[in-house]
Amino acid sequence: MTLLLLQFLTGLTNAMFLFLVASGLSLIFGVTRIINFAHGSFFMLGAYMAASLAAVLPGGAGGYYLGLLLASLAVALLGGLVELLLLRRIYRSAPLYQLLLTFALVLVMADAVRLFWGPENRLGPPPPGLSGSLPILDQQFPTYDLAILLLGPSVAAGLWWLLYRTRWGILIRAATADREMVGALGVKESWLFTGVFVLGSWLAGLAGALQMPRQALTTVLDSTVIAEAFVVVVVGGMGSPFGALLGAVLIGLLQAFGILWLPREFHMVIVFLLMAIVLIFRPWGLLGRPLQSDRGEGGWVPETSRWAGNPGWAAGGIALLLLLLPPLLPTFFVWLLVEILAFALFAASLQLLIGSGGMISFGHAAYFGLGAYGAALWMQQGGLPMPVAFLLGPLAALGAALIFGLFCVRLSGVYFAMLTLAFAQIAYAVVHQWYDLTGGDNGLLGVWPASALATPLRYYYLALLAGGIGLAFLGRVTDSPFGVTLRATRDHARRCEALGVNVRAHQLLAFSVAGLCAGLGGTIFVFLKGGAFPDYLGIPVSVESLAMVLLGGMQSLWGAPVGAALYLFLDTVITRSTGYWQAALGGILILLVLSFPRGVGGWLAGKTSREGSPDG
Amino acid sequence: MADELLLEARGLCKAFGGVRAVDGLCLHLARGEVRALIGPNGAGKTTLFNLLTGQLVCDNGLILFQGERISGLPPHRIWRKGISRTFQITAAFQSLSVLENVQVALLSRDRATHRMLATARRLGQEEAVRQLARVGLADQAERPCFVLSYGDLKRLELAVALANRPVLLLLDEPTAGMAPQERSALMALVSRIVAEEGLTVLFTEHDMDVVFAAAHRITVIHQGRTLAEGTPEAIRGNARVQEIYLGGGGG
Repeated sequence: MTLLLLQFLTGLTNAMFLFLVASGLSLIFGVTRIINFAHGSFFMLGAYMAASLAAVLPGGAGGYYLGLLLASLAVALLGGLVELLLLRRIYRSAPLYQLLLTFALVLVMADAVRLFWGPENRLGPPPPGLSGSLPILDQQFPTYDLAILLLGPSVAAGLWWLLYRTRWGILIRAATADREMVGALGVKESWLFTGVFVLGSWLAGLAGALQMPRQALTTVLDSTVIAEAFVVVVVGGMGSPFGALLGAVLIGLLQAFGILWLPREFHMVIVFLLMAIVLIFRPWGLLGRPLQSDRGEGGWVPETSRWAGNPGWAAGGIALLLLLLPPLLPTFFVWLLVEILAFALFAASLQLLIGSGGMISFGHAAYFGLGAYGAALWMQQGGLPMPVAFLLGPLAALGAALIFGLFCVRLSGVYFAMLTLAFAQIAYAVVHQWYDLTGGDNGLLGVWPASALATPLRYYYLALLAGGIGLAFLGRVTDSPFGVTLRATRDHARRCEALGVNVRAHQLLAFSVAGLCAGLGGTIFVFLKGGAFPDYLGIPVSVESLAMVLLGGMQSLWGAPVGAALYLFLDTVITRSTGYWQAALGGILILLVLSFPRGVGGWLAGKTSREGSPDG
Repeated sequence: MADELLLEARGLCKAFGGVRAVDGLCLHLARGEVRALIGPNGAGKTTLFNLLTGQLVCDNGLILFQGERISGLPPHRIWRKGISRTFQITAAFQSLSVLENVQVALLSRDRATHRMLATARRLGQEEAVRQLARVGLADQAERPCFVLSYGDLKRLELAVALANRPVLLLLDEPTAGMAPQERSALMALVSRIVAEEGLTVLFTEHDMDVVFAAAHRITVIHQGRTLAEGTPEAIRGNARVQEIYLGGGGG
């Protein structure tokens, strides 16, 4: 009984942190429609700054808690600067470019933390006056957690007052419900956006600062926090801060009691399962409202056109180079080319989904990773020879894409994106925790090519053959009757269904083709690396694939391989020359997004297009 | 007219939240007739169209088409039974070429939209060009759709809607937003094609000149119900229609 009570209180305490982070994320999304991947980084920054400030400020307990407050305010200031200097420039760009920008910020801030505080885990100073514990029934409960349990609801009350009792709050709520209306009422949107970003960032920074005394600070705090915050926001309802409260309590308790009652394999899966279930049955969340699609049909995706000139000769030239050049290259570059081929196919499959289908997946890495695990498992558990495993590997991805896709294509826009994320996290959690089958977080090792294929050059040519077939297939699909119909469903789904097209069936088919090709990319990759690891399915890899597609631009399928090559080349070159490659890559991405808001490929296409762009 | 009943809607109801957009509406269409559907804004015209095409599911009521129940079928099935439509707000596929817009409809008719290994350019191209020629767009076939003028977009929509040789054509404000000369040109085009193909047409329109010139019969709806139905002359002379609709600044 006591144990249950303590778990309950622990769950509630965690819920308070989840609430602080998620309500900020939700507010920012509600008003600006930006899905801020950097929100977890603000949390992490808050925690690290709080640890430093609390340690150096004089005045004992007063200095300590002033440090926590100052840290959160510093994060708020940073959020404001980010909004003013970066995000403000791209509100008119496609949401995907905004996403890429916030992802670039994640990279930059991750390296900033490494630079200032070092890569080792750190422990913050204990909270003066609250570091002990109090007896509850016959057990001890940390005093600090009790304080959080009191503080959380007061922040929620303050937020309620701000949103429901001030003019500014009314504007925020109005903007969340109907953004264009607020602009039409003569409200200066830009300051509202900045203000909301400051508030949201402050909440993230505050959560981080308050969390600092409770756990070791690590440089991966950002990704764990952002994943959980997404769950809370989606479950509660995007744009609804009090949905975030409900979602946080649900997730907090689910985690607390899940640890007691569920086998270990389910601990990570459970929250993402809840997220998926909510999205399937009530996509706008428990307390949210269905979002008005404010940019009309397919507005989530940048306008694209195929009037970009024929890259035939360029493709032929590149193919010839890929065929003839590698024997002359150092081994390192041959390996790099294999990696580029794997990711080119992976990115191109996502490009089909986004560019032709208008379906933005936040979880495409799942199919890449399942292709890798599929091949590894066919070989190690199934005892099949490597070439057979290579052929069958992508089928694992295809199977998952068919099943997940069945649910995903019932949704569109941001809900679709969130459900793909939830499924990807479920897949990630399964391979991460199913030790008997997948080796858990140790991964599967020793997945090498058959000896006849084991030299770099031989494996390169296998990868070139497989990747080439995959890319040619995707190119073919793009220009096929199916591809044209898919673009039609993206342009105007309702027009399509009133022309006898079963829109969802076509979307599911596209999702499956994309999953299969991503899986083939993963299969190529796994024999290159010699092992399969859960990270292959993680959010960062999904976002990397988005970054590659966006770098290449949406204009044609061939943008994606170019983007993949560019991304990996930058990654490799920077990694070799500096320890802070993430920051450099993030900086380059920010520059690219700000200078080419339509992608590099889109910019090139704009230079060469005959009839002008859809917007012009 | 030897009135063969083509479409029958009985007691259709559709509510959005508390608003009853369509409220017990009945409609009978005879094969070969051109019927105008008029009524003030919010009378339920577009909702009725969406119910007929299956793009909304009615809360109550029944729709029979050629004697067969179609209410409850998904839109793509209803289209295959011969009901085609245009949209009030032009609904072309913006990223496709003019030709491809028609091709999508032809591919769909031929159940070829799932084919992944054929090349779209070669499929049904001649037929698509013929369809475009009927509405006077053949010379623009290769242009991207987004460069078309508004009037040409309306023509394109017509070509797309006609591609599967429908039995019943629903036109949702076919001339909205067009200049007067363009309007009569477009309606003349519609009338010619309708006569050639023996189509049945149900159309909504705010321009009363267009309505009275083109329609064989007129149905007036108001607050989701049928208010009156009859020949243009009868409707013109109907006191209630004048009071509620024509007299209220609508004409």
